[in-house]
Amino acid sequence: MEGVLHQVLSGIASGGIYASVALALVMIYQATHHVNFAQGEMATLSTYIALTLINAGLPYWIAFLVTVVVSFILGILIERILMRPMMDAPVLASVGVFIGLLLIINSSTGWMFDYMIKTFPTPFPGGPLLFSGYLSGHELGAFVVTLVVLTAVYLFFRHTKLGLAMRAAAFNPVSSRLVGVRVGWMLALGWGLAAAIGAVGGMMVAPIVYLDPNMMAGILLYAFAGALLGGIDNPLGAVLGGFAVGIIENLAGAYLVGTELKLTVALIIIVAVLVVKPSGLFGRTVLSRV
Amino acid sequence: MPALLEATSLHAGYGETRVLHGIDFAVEQGGVTALLGANGAGKTTTLRAICGMVRTSGQIVLGGERIDGKPTEDIVQRGVAHVPDGRGTFVELTVEENLRLGAYIRKDRAGVSRDFERMFGYFPRLRERYRQQAGTLSGGEQQMLAIARALLLGPKLLLLDEPSFGLAPLIVQEIFDIMHRIREDEGVSILLVEQNASLALEIAEHAYLLETGRIVVSGPAAEIGRDESIRRSYLGY
Ligand SMILES: Nc1ncnc2c1ncn2[C@@H]1O[C@H](COP(=O)(O)OP(=O)(O)OP(=O)(O)O)[C@@H](O)[C@H]1O
Ligand SMILES: [Mg+2]
Repeated sequence: MEGVLHQVLSGIASGGIYASVALALVMIYQATHHVNFAQGEMATLSTYIALTLINAGLPYWIAFLVTVVVSFILGILIERILMRPMMDAPVLASVGVFIGLLLIINSSTGWMFDYMIKTFPTPFPGGPLLFSGYLSGHELGAFVVTLVVLTAVYLFFRHTKLGLAMRAAAFNPVSSRLVGVRVGWMLALGWGLAAAIGAVGGMMVAPIVYLDPNMMAGILLYAFAGALLGGIDNPLGAVLGGFAVGIIENLAGAYLVGTELKLTVALIIIVAVLVVKPSGLFGRTVLSRV
Repeated sequence: MPALLEATSLHAGYGETRVLHGIDFAVEQGGVTALLGANGAGKTTTLRAICGMVRTSGQIVLGGERIDGKPTEDIVQRGVAHVPDGRGTFVELTVEENLRLGAYIRKDRAGVSRDFERMFGYFPRLRERYRQQAGTLSGGEQQMLAIARALLLGPKLLLLDEPSFGLAPLIVQEIFDIMHRIREDEGVSILLVEQNASLALEIAEHAYLLETGRIVVSGPAAEIGRDESIRRSYLGY
């Protein structure tokens, strides 16, 4: 029983990271109807930026903030320069661009920062485990950070004019233009936000899995599984799905398949959702009359 | 007084398809101008051309300034509100959020909340449905929402595309009654596209009749409504 509780708690901790990456995926999916396969590599790049800043002597939280802002700007630039011209391209061409982006970022991080596995610092106290050994200081801290990020994103989209305009632009670009919303910019902002959220995920997971250019490959798969499980067009569902995948992954790793095969759990979830309920558990059911 | 909107030899189309073949028309300051015509005549395309939603050539002048070729967002910024074909409801969002989007470009918070109240005066049902998902509204309620959303922009020019479309006669009457009030109170000029020619001619001062992308009749609405031969050959009543 103790063991189960431990697995669930650390599942929630890693689930928070999957949840934030899943949210980033869903934000771009809602606006473009494409899954950004490069989301993970963008987060890895952000994490390298953070490490560079920390190594240059910046205090952790300053480096954290600068990384988030730089990632936000990079996300906007990627949309403006690479994605914008692809807006009306056929699906396969867009998928090609996403995969190309993934490979470009992956190899340039490898080239710039080499392929050696690096440790990444945590800002949270280590030492004795908290909750009588259930959670490490970093796990708890990462959980709080992701919770703060998710809450902030939720409040932004629910309660600000800009957040409303971004949702409107994703749902109905034509009507949005007719009320004066600059839809192209909303899309770019969405990319910026997604990149910023992914950056936080990267910085929070790096102390656990160590930093190398392929760090996010597995994480992206879990996040994608979470997004699908919760509903790829439902941000809240995707967040819950991310947490659920974290818990399932940990329990399965401990009691069913062993840690080596944990990643297959993500694949099984992806296939199962696509076969059984493609809209996910909380897939948006829009009631509408035509 | 010069016209609020003036279009000169306006062409428009979709890709290779030409729909408007050089039409001239004007919307006078204040009051209602009706644009009538059979299915496929190009009425919706004309409204889209004004808003820069389709490729055009020719001139469109709004309040002395050329707006043709400008992006839709910039034209909206200059005070053109468009209730599009199909109403353009943000079905996933609530009634409140739909209305807030209507006022998106405005900075005067006090004015906006006054206008919200005025819209609830015209359409009390929107207040009752305030927190409801807009996609669940009835067709008539969605039409009211679309008109309120457009008026919240504080427009100089309101483009209405078939507000009676798909609605029961009683609801159509209700909406046109409110439009009569709106034209008195709001000081907005309206370009009204309608299938229901008799209703449109009743509310409008001036009317244009469009046939396959060309204007075939134009004149005071009352005269067109009285003209037996026009009615029989173009309006079908
Ligand atoms: N998006 C589009 N792409 C291609 N052709 C279009 C498009 N929209 C309209 N058309 C064509 O343009 C012509 C005029 O259409 P439009 O919608 O302007 O007519 P309308 O007068 O509004 O008709 P209705 O009364 O049926 O609404 C039609 O022949 C139509 O097939
Ligand atoms: Mg039409």
